[in-house]
Amino acid sequence: MEPIRIAEKLQEQFQGAVLGIVEHRGQISVLVDRDVIFDIISFLRNDYKMNHLNCLCGVDNLKRVASHHERFEVVYQLYSIENRTSLRIKAQVPESDPSVDSITSLWTGANWLERETYDLVGIKFNNHPNLKRVLTPDDWEGHPLRKEYPLRGDTEWAGLIELKKKAIQLQQFDFHGAQTEQGADSDD
Amino acid sequence: MGLKLNRGQILMTETTTLDVPVSQGDEDKYLLKLGPQHPATHGVLRVDIELDGETIIDCDPQVGYLHRGFEKLAEHRTYAQNIVLTDRLDYIAAMANNVGYCEAVEKLLAIDVPDRAKYLRVMVCEMSRLTGHLLWLATHALDIGAMTVFLYAFRERETLLELFAELCGSRLTTTYTRLGGVRQDVTHELMRKLEKFVDEFPACIEEYETLIDTNRIWLKRTIGVGTISGEKAVDLCLTGASLRGSGVDYDVRKHMPYAAYDKLDFEIPLGETGDTYARYRCRMEEMRQSNFILRQCIEQLPPGPIVGDDAPDLVMPAKPGRKVEVDTPARKALIKLIDDRDVYMEGDVYVATEVPKGELGFYFISDGMGRPYRMHIRSPSFIHIGALATMGKGVMVADLIAIIGTLDVVLGECDR
Repeated sequence: MEPIRIAEKLQEQFQGAVLGIVEHRGQISVLVDRDVIFDIISFLRNDYKMNHLNCLCGVDNLKRVASHHERFEVVYQLYSIENRTSLRIKAQVPESDPSVDSITSLWTGANWLERETYDLVGIKFNNHPNLKRVLTPDDWEGHPLRKEYPLRGDTEWAGLIELKKKAIQLQQFDFHGAQTEQGADSDD
Repeated sequence: MGLKLNRGQILMTETTTLDVPVSQGDEDKYLLKLGPQHPATHGVLRVDIELDGETIIDCDPQVGYLHRGFEKLAEHRTYAQNIVLTDRLDYIAAMANNVGYCEAVEKLLAIDVPDRAKYLRVMVCEMSRLTGHLLWLATHALDIGAMTVFLYAFRERETLLELFAELCGSRLTTTYTRLGGVRQDVTHELMRKLEKFVDEFPACIEEYETLIDTNRIWLKRTIGVGTISGEKAVDLCLTGASLRGSGVDYDVRKHMPYAAYDKLDFEIPLGETGDTYARYRCRMEEMRQSNFILRQCIEQLPPGPIVGDDAPDLVMPAKPGRKVEVDTPARKALIKLIDDRDVYMEGDVYVATEVPKGELGFYFISDGMGRPYRMHIRSPSFIHIGALATMGKGVMVADLIAIIGTLDVVLGECDR
């Protein structure tokens, strides 16, 4: 079945929840309300055999001029290995409450993808078994892929200062501790 | 005073907190932090494992040591400038990443690629698949205890890297593709050398197989280790040989053909049992198929240009044009590319390619500017390490090493 037919079927099945269907370069995206995201994805998985989750990521729509609905989006790229069709679902997530339902019960592999989205874009996933940061350290502040987050900050990461202190402490265990310290001084 | 920041030392303190009892009552349980400098973790991967004797009760991989923020960085550079970032993803097979990135951007911006460039892309893709698989074979065997394979596999890998150096001037960070084509055409001499390699390589694969294929230790360490059913593998979102070892027929080269793969004849080897040995067999057969594809590329390589006419901003200017002045058309075009919103069409695409590790996908959003609005990299290694948390439970520590090896991860791609 062609992706556009599946999208139309979705519109029929979930009336009011489908906000729009967009095509670009032959790829179909369906914009949906975040409240029904779990139902839509499990419907596609069960009825249309979309059993492979290609990609799951979050998008910040802050600086997009057109065709966006809410501040955030969670993008699900699904593929059916059997029927060889793919479809993209975009859940619209408002700024006031950035959270969507987790799909970890459908794909165990979505676990880390959702953690990454939470880490980098700051979207919370309800019912996620282990929602914590994955790529940045646990005590990191902010979510790097949000548009207001600067490319280059003006302060150091707090953990680095701690590491430097640790390095000084550890120098007493250095085999050539005294010599290297002298060497470092002469370099200055 | 002079501050000496000895990185190795600091990180050692993390790894030296080895034997911390988890609970007071149960003396058999231990928390072991494997890595991030353990030689069998293929990079800076740390796996926190909870042990009962030698059996793993809980397995929690920790990544991010190599996080360089490519996705953020890409939003601040033009499409062409981002090609160099992709070399640093899977640095073992950089060519495949270059191709994956360019295929995605070309789809987004509707750029046509000439036939010759398509064949050259397939050629470098398959060469990088061989380098990737050879390195996987070498290190995987080394982890499990078969040292000799390492030396044999690196012999052929070296030949391929030399060919890369001859083709684009660099062994690892290649940056070979351009939007709309490739950077440099092949020479007759290079093709002759490649042909010689293609002729000799099948004998080399047989050589590796005589070393380990029926080796009793190899069989004991791989058969029945890390077994996953096809259903479970799809559930874990595995791709590449890790998925095909479980018998699921999914290869992006066949399912969503890119470059010239639809014109070439090749097969997708599938495993049955889904254990480490099946995945090993799959990758060995894949190497044979890659060799077969390379031979077809050599025979069928069509003549013609290597970069399309409508390729934007990307080809090195001819020699007289290289001194860029402020108001040359090239400079103006670059400023326009960076600032204007009406350079390209708005929209988003997801394009996947098959790299040695699995399915590498790029999801792009363009809002009309010369830079991507959002670039997401679906890296197979990240998902495979995520799957390690599930696959590592209930196995022995030694088997965990075999599972890390068989999932074929590279941390540059995982952490991005």
